[in-house]
Amino acid sequence: MVKRNVSRFLASKKGIILVGACIGVLASTLQKFGNPPNMGICVACFLRDISGALGFHRAGVVQYMRPEIIGFILGSTITSLIYKEFKARNGSAPLVRFCLGACAMIGALAFLGCPWRTVLRLAGGDLNAILGLLGLTTGIAIGDQFLKYGYNLGKTTKTYVAGGFIVPFFALLFLVLLFFKSKGILFFSTKGPGAMHACIGISILFGLIIGFLLQRTRFCTMGSIRDVLLVGDVHLMSGLISLFVFAFLTNLLYGQVHFGFRLQPIAHTAHLWNFLGMTLAGLAFVLAGGCPGRQLILSGEGDMDAGVFVLGMIAGAGFAHNFGLAGVPDKLINNVVQVGGISLSGKIVVVSGILFCMMIGYFMREKI
Amino acid sequence: MKTIDATGLSCPQPVLMTIQAIKKGETEIKVIVDNNTSYENVKRCGENNGFEVKAEEGENELITVFLNK
Repeated sequence: MVKRNVSRFLASKKGIILVGACIGVLASTLQKFGNPPNMGICVACFLRDISGALGFHRAGVVQYMRPEIIGFILGSTITSLIYKEFKARNGSAPLVRFCLGACAMIGALAFLGCPWRTVLRLAGGDLNAILGLLGLTTGIAIGDQFLKYGYNLGKTTKTYVAGGFIVPFFALLFLVLLFFKSKGILFFSTKGPGAMHACIGISILFGLIIGFLLQRTRFCTMGSIRDVLLVGDVHLMSGLISLFVFAFLTNLLYGQVHFGFRLQPIAHTAHLWNFLGMTLAGLAFVLAGGCPGRQLILSGEGDMDAGVFVLGMIAGAGFAHNFGLAGVPDKLINNVVQVGGISLSGKIVVVSGILFCMMIGYFMREKI
Repeated sequence: MKTIDATGLSCPQPVLMTIQAIKKGETEIKVIVDNNTSYENVKRCGENNGFEVKAEEGENELITVFLNK
């Protein structure tokens, strides 16, 4: 009875607004406790750090086994088991989803953040994120057109239950490895954003809480914008607005708001590439059916296709850093601002990524 | 009654299929889904478009959503 009432409340409009508020407060609080500024619970950044911790890239400043990500996955697994919603399933174009995950990550790292970080950057006063938000919306709007004209990656089918536990198993394994930090199994940054983190206990606890909330509400940042543009449904959007408002208020309380474009934490002012990076990410998220947070939650409740998307994101982070495609933050050197942005190869790959995703959207349509 | 089989599909596909039927002027629609997310989204879509929504849980975790105007 309690379970059903909790579910019913969380599925309501008040529920989604409360969940957005909780995520906003927890994300900003994690920054207060040591996570990188305006990053809170950025899934793209944290998967990039995990990719680094596993040695898939060797950018020494962004390597850490982020417990929040582990918490999201395990929180989703535990919740879906309690509510009997854990369902092992796969078979909906996994290779395409892998490529979309890699494209999404390359786009997000050009901008330096996932949709959650876009909102959290805005809530911290980083106005560069406006370009990211516009890009994200543009990418989603392009993806919506493909959806309208029959884009579909095909049906999933039920599979062996054990398969659905692969992602949660690795999440648990990585959590164990995190406690053996001193053994040198994983890579850990000693400086830069990768060295900035809240203590493991708080990170995992907040991750589990958010994992629970996201699993029950199906909250998705991409879905918020997609549903408004595609079907005029504002349900998820009310949660996203609540997330922004409460993250902003919490940041005000902690003195974490600094308005402006210039020298924002882990951000650059190459506006066009902030815009296009998130256009690529937004397009890839729509075509894959969910933002990175949603994909983690789905992979925790047995969706192996979402798990493949997450692997694609981890691989994409490897490509982005190994081939110098990721955005470089602006820096102050001898009192002169050195504008960051992305390299020429990064620009070529972002534009190619948009074209590649558009081809996926165009060619993978069912006749309707 | 128009029947839509949205099993195995993830959102927004079930909602888009429902909207397509609504746009064609259907007033009685039966949507079969196999997960709670799709059920909630189709339910919200029906309610937003002035339909009365009922649901029946069937075998193999299937949920049949009835939209009536």
